[in-house]
Order: sequence, then C-alpha cells, then structure tokens
Amino acid sequence: MYKRVTFRDPLLPYLLVLPQMAITLIFFIWPASQALYQSLLRQDAFGLRTQFVGLENFARLLGDPLYLNSFQVTLVFSLAVTFSGLAFGLLFAVMADRVIKGAATYKTLLIWPYAVAPAIAGVLWWFLFNPTIGILAYLLRSIGYDWNHAVDGTDALILVIVAATWKQVSYNFLFFLAGLQAIPKSLIEAAAIDGAGPARRFWTIVFPLLSPTTFFLLVVNMVYAFFETFGVIHATTSGGPGQATTILVYKVFNDGFIGLDLGSSAAQSVILMAIVITLTMIQFRFIERRVQY
Amino acid sequence: MSLRHTLLAAASAATLAGFAASAQAQTEIEWWHAMGGELGEKVNEIAANFNASQSDYVLKAVYKGNYTETMTAAIAAFRAGQQPEIVQVFEVGTATMMAAEGAIYPVYKLMEDSGVEWNPDAYLPAVVGYYTDTDGNMLSMPFNSSTPVLYYNKKVFEEAGLDPEAAPKTWQEMGEAAKKIIDSGAASCGFTTGWQSWVQIENFSAWHNVPIGTESNGFGGLGTEFEFNSPLHVKHIQQLADWQDEGVFKYGGRRSDSAPLFYSGECAMYMNSSAAYAGVKGNTEFPFGVSMLPYWEGVEGAPQNSIIGGATLWVLAGHDNADYKGVGEFFKYLSSAEVQADWHQFTGYLPITTAAYELSAEQGFYEANPGTDTSIKQMTLNEPTANSKGLRFGNFVQIRDIINEELENVWSGSKTAQEGLDAAVERGNELLRQFEADNS
Repeated sequence: MYKRVTFRDPLLPYLLVLPQMAITLIFFIWPASQALYQSLLRQDAFGLRTQFVGLENFARLLGDPLYLNSFQVTLVFSLAVTFSGLAFGLLFAVMADRVIKGAATYKTLLIWPYAVAPAIAGVLWWFLFNPTIGILAYLLRSIGYDWNHAVDGTDALILVIVAATWKQVSYNFLFFLAGLQAIPKSLIEAAAIDGAGPARRFWTIVFPLLSPTTFFLLVVNMVYAFFETFGVIHATTSGGPGQATTILVYKVFNDGFIGLDLGSSAAQSVILMAIVITLTMIQFRFIERRVQY
Repeated sequence: MSLRHTLLAAASAATLAGFAASAQAQTEIEWWHAMGGELGEKVNEIAANFNASQSDYVLKAVYKGNYTETMTAAIAAFRAGQQPEIVQVFEVGTATMMAAEGAIYPVYKLMEDSGVEWNPDAYLPAVVGYYTDTDGNMLSMPFNSSTPVLYYNKKVFEEAGLDPEAAPKTWQEMGEAAKKIIDSGAASCGFTTGWQSWVQIENFSAWHNVPIGTESNGFGGLGTEFEFNSPLHVKHIQQLADWQDEGVFKYGGRRSDSAPLFYSGECAMYMNSSAAYAGVKGNTEFPFGVSMLPYWEGVEGAPQNSIIGGATLWVLAGHDNADYKGVGEFFKYLSSAEVQADWHQFTGYLPITTAAYELSAEQGFYEANPGTDTSIKQMTLNEPTANSKGLRFGNFVQIRDIINEELENVWSGSKTAQEGLDAAVERGNELLRQFEADNS
C-alpha cells in the first residue's frame, strides 16, 4: 500500500518542483526548441541573411546518400562500442571480484581510463596504431597485417571503436562491480552445493541478477556512443578516410562548427534527437520488461 | 545636505572622473589569433612591441584556438555584438568573410578612412592577390602566408646514388628517383604529401596553369563551378594511386599527419608548407634540402607559380572610428620591413612586402639558411594568371573535406581517379550552389 503525502498549501508542491522545471526548461527544452527552429532556416555564417526554407534542410539530408551512409557507420560504431564496452566491463568486474590480493590496486587501475579526456584517449590510441611510429601497428605488421588507418576505412573504424570502448570500459566496470557485490553470496553458494559449475552459476544466477545494472548501462552506453564519442573521432580520424568514421554526431559538429552551415547542422541534431528518443523508448518499453529488479 | 544628495554628488563626481579618465586613456584594440606555441609567443611579442612604439593604443592579442575555432569564435561574437576589431582568418575562409558585407571593414577602405600613410604597391603581388577584390583592392591584411615546397632527404639520395644537391624537377623524374631509392634499399617509400587538397589539387592546378574552377577560380563571382576533374588532374591523381603499389608514393593522412613518414626516413621526399621548415629541421637528424614542387614535363605553361596558404587579418565592423585608426596604425607597423623580416625569418612564413624580402637577403638570412627562399622564388616564378592568382570558393572548408574524402577513396582503391575526382567536383558544386543561394 502506498503512503499518500499531502501538502497543506496547494502551491507548495509546485514550488518544490519549480527548480527542476526551470532547469529542464532552460537547459533542455529551450535549446532543443532553438535547434528545431534553426533547422527550418538557412542562414549565412554571420547571420546577416536569414531565409525560412521549411523542411528543405531535411529533404536535402535525406536525399544525400552520404548522410544515409553515416547512419550505417553510426549503427556499426554504436553497437560495437556498446557491446564490447559492456562485455569487457563485465569480464573485468567478474575477474576483479575474485581477486583477493591487491584488489584495490587492480580496481584503481581499471578505473583510471575514465579520468582520461576523450580527445586524449583518441590521441593515445592514434599513437599506438600510427602506421609509421606506432608500436601496435608494428606488431600487427610483424604478424603479416599491414595496418594503415589513414587509407583503410575498416582499420580506421576499428581504431575509433577501440579508443571509444577503452574509455567507457572503466565506467561499466565500476557499475558491474557494484552490482556483483550486491548479489547475495548465499545464492551462489547454494548453487555450488547443488553442483553448478562456475560458468553455469554465472549464466543462471549472476547474469540475470545483474540485469538492472546491464540495462542501465546499455542505455548509458548507447547514449555515450551516439553523442560523446565525438572527441575521440575529432582527435584521430576527423571522420575519414573517405567517410568511414563519420558518425552522425561528428557530422553535426563538422557541418555546424567547421562548415558554419547552421541550418543543416540543426536539422541533423533534430534527427539525432528523434533517434535517441526512439531508441530509449524502445529500450524501456521492450527490454525493461525482461529485467528482473 | 541630506544623505541622498551626498550620494548623488559622489556618483556624478565619479562619473565625471570616469569620463575624464577615459578621454585620456588609451584606445584598446583586440586581436583574435590562432597562433599557438612559439608562434603565439611571437605574436605577443609583436603586440608588445607595437604597444611600446606608441602611446595612443593598446593592442591585446588573444589566442582563440586553431584556425577554425578562431573563425567560429569571431563569427559567434559578431552575432552577439561582441566582436574583436581584428581577427585572423585562414585562406579558405576568405570567401565566407568576403561575402559578409556589413560585417567586415575592407582593409583598403580602413586605411583610406583612417588617414594612415599607406602604399598598397609595397606588398608582394603573389601574396596580396589572393585577398583582393576584382578591382585589385586589398580586403584583408596578409599576415602569415606560406606555399608548399618539396623537402628531400639528402642522405637517402646519396645512398641511392642520386645527386644530393639536385632534387627531381619534374614528376617524371620524381618517379624515376623514387624507384631508384626503393631499389637501392635506401628508403622504402619515395615520397609523401601533407595537405593533399592544397598541395596536389589547388597548388597542382596553379603550378600547371590550369583552372580549379570557372570564373577565374571563383574570383569572378559566386556562379563558379569546379573543374579539377580535367584529364591532367585525373592523370596526376591516377599516377599517384598507381605509384602507391610500388611504394613510390605513400599516403600519410590529412593535414600534416604524414610528417613522421619523412622524419623517420621511411619516405625520401615530402611535400608540405614552407612554414614546416622549422618542424623538419627540428625533427630530422639527416641533412635535407628544400626544392620547388615538381611539374609534369610536357604540360604547356608549367611551371607557372604556386599559390599560398596561411591566414590574413580581417577587420570586423561595428566599432568606433578611433579604434579603426588604431588598427590602421597597427597594420602600418606590422607591414614595416623590420617587423616583417623578423617574422619571416623566425617562422618560415613568406614576407608580405618586397622590402622585407630584400632586407632579409641583405641580412644574409638566405645564405645562412639555404632553401628558405625557395618558397618566394616559386611563388614569384611568373606573373600570376587567372589560374594561379589563388582561389575563392564559398563553403571551401567543407569542400576541402570532400576532396580529402574522395582522394582517400582513390588511395584505398575503392574508386578510380576519374570516379573520385568526378564525385568531388559534383559534391563540391552542390556546396557552391548552396553558398550562392545563401549569399544572394
């Protein structure tokens, strides 16, 4: 049974939510509506001439095969980053959970990459994989693979996926570790007594019990891959070679801030906004049902 | 006297004092620039010296990030009514700035209006030509200009049995020299290039006296269309792509990402900005030479002259006349032979006046640093033609990205040179039409 809280003054509850409403309005609704408005205009860089063009910006985008291609790149990139980020985060968390000696050191080291700025993370991996001076490129060459992310689109995509994932693994690790420690030891022990091996214990007990954490991280990682990986790409491939690593959010930046084409850039961010809203809704609607809290 | 009166009196006294103070105070001029590191310190030094040279104006140099960031910041500031007097804009932003009538104050007009003594003929035509209107009036003040040159590894040349004092002059010789180098094992790659659009398309066109676009490379009007998919361009790009298989050419990335290929000795030759001289000198342990860009033998009119890259100073509208007089004084100071020669010798950028070049020669700079005058000789090799004056295309920042992308498609083999260049021209033209529509 729920406990009903009532306020004596009918205005008080509104007053209490007012700060939250104000923040939402000023920092979310207002900029979002600005973007919506901008997306219907065409303007020169200085804002001296403005023209209302209706949906022309959108029509131009959707008629552009390269823009549609960037959807595909984004999909591959986001799925790869989210999946490998979650997989490695979980793997490290399970392993760190079992360590007895020096556990704190392991955990600290695993958390460190999170403190690295995206651009720096990108540049680090860019150096490691640099075809001329990078040690990883050198190792790859010694096993017969000619790594060159300046020319090969697949190599470049792998590079940005690795860099973006590496940065996010720590975050996932942290949450998974906390999730693992919240699982009652008695359950696992009971299963062990019943003769379940480590793998079986993990898949039938630990993994389902972790599902709220996994679900939360899934949403967060998708949003991360869609929006926050721009720094990694900007610092390494600039979207190239060709358009092999031009993800949607990078194109928004590139067209808006480099190309100063605010109308098209705004239209792209509106599309991006719609995608993420849809994705999040799908996730909450369908996947959340299978989550056991 | 009541308290209120006292306060009022105090306030008005303070206001009066404020007026008096501001009447005597120096006029402040803001200059947003994109010169980081050592170049930034040099800019600060120029500002400090200017401030010390007179007492009417205070010039404040503010670093605003890289070229694109600086330009974007200035445009955003203009939209908010907070623009600086002077902003440094890179050459590909020229068309955008020019089209912004009402937002910019053309330099020739500013110099006339402010009454500062000024001679437009003192500037090197090859540099200034890029930044003039169709009547030859100077719109912005050239500051740092450079042009691509060929750097080559003398040690590798010697090991391969080539003359280390003679770099290849033509593309045919480039190919032969590169093959000799690879066969001898002196290096595994012949040459690489930085800024591929700027070097292999834009300068390539000027150097061979062929147009990049119609309407005199866009100088004639907004209706311009690209033409860099001509047979000569296709032949050149296809040759580079073919050379990749033999190791004659190696692509190292956009901008200057290819530098390590040359520094490490992997590639024997490297085409990049003359302003990369200090970087090459600081990062290599082998002796190197600087030479002019190669040209295709048999092409009529080649070699013509190369064009510049770099940035100029634009004046933004919306300030007081007193401020603009200060800007005029500063430009006069900046153009003086001493300041220019010092800047040129320190940075490797071109001098913008003939006097600065002559002063540098007089001071023995070119003898002490062989190769540093290659850029000037190459720029001034011939009287610029409509194809080699420069280029002026709207949205060119994005178009350079398109050219980068399509060239990368050629390097990776997913397109032929013809397909890649056709696609770049087509996509570029679309952006030109957008720019035309947005600005008319």
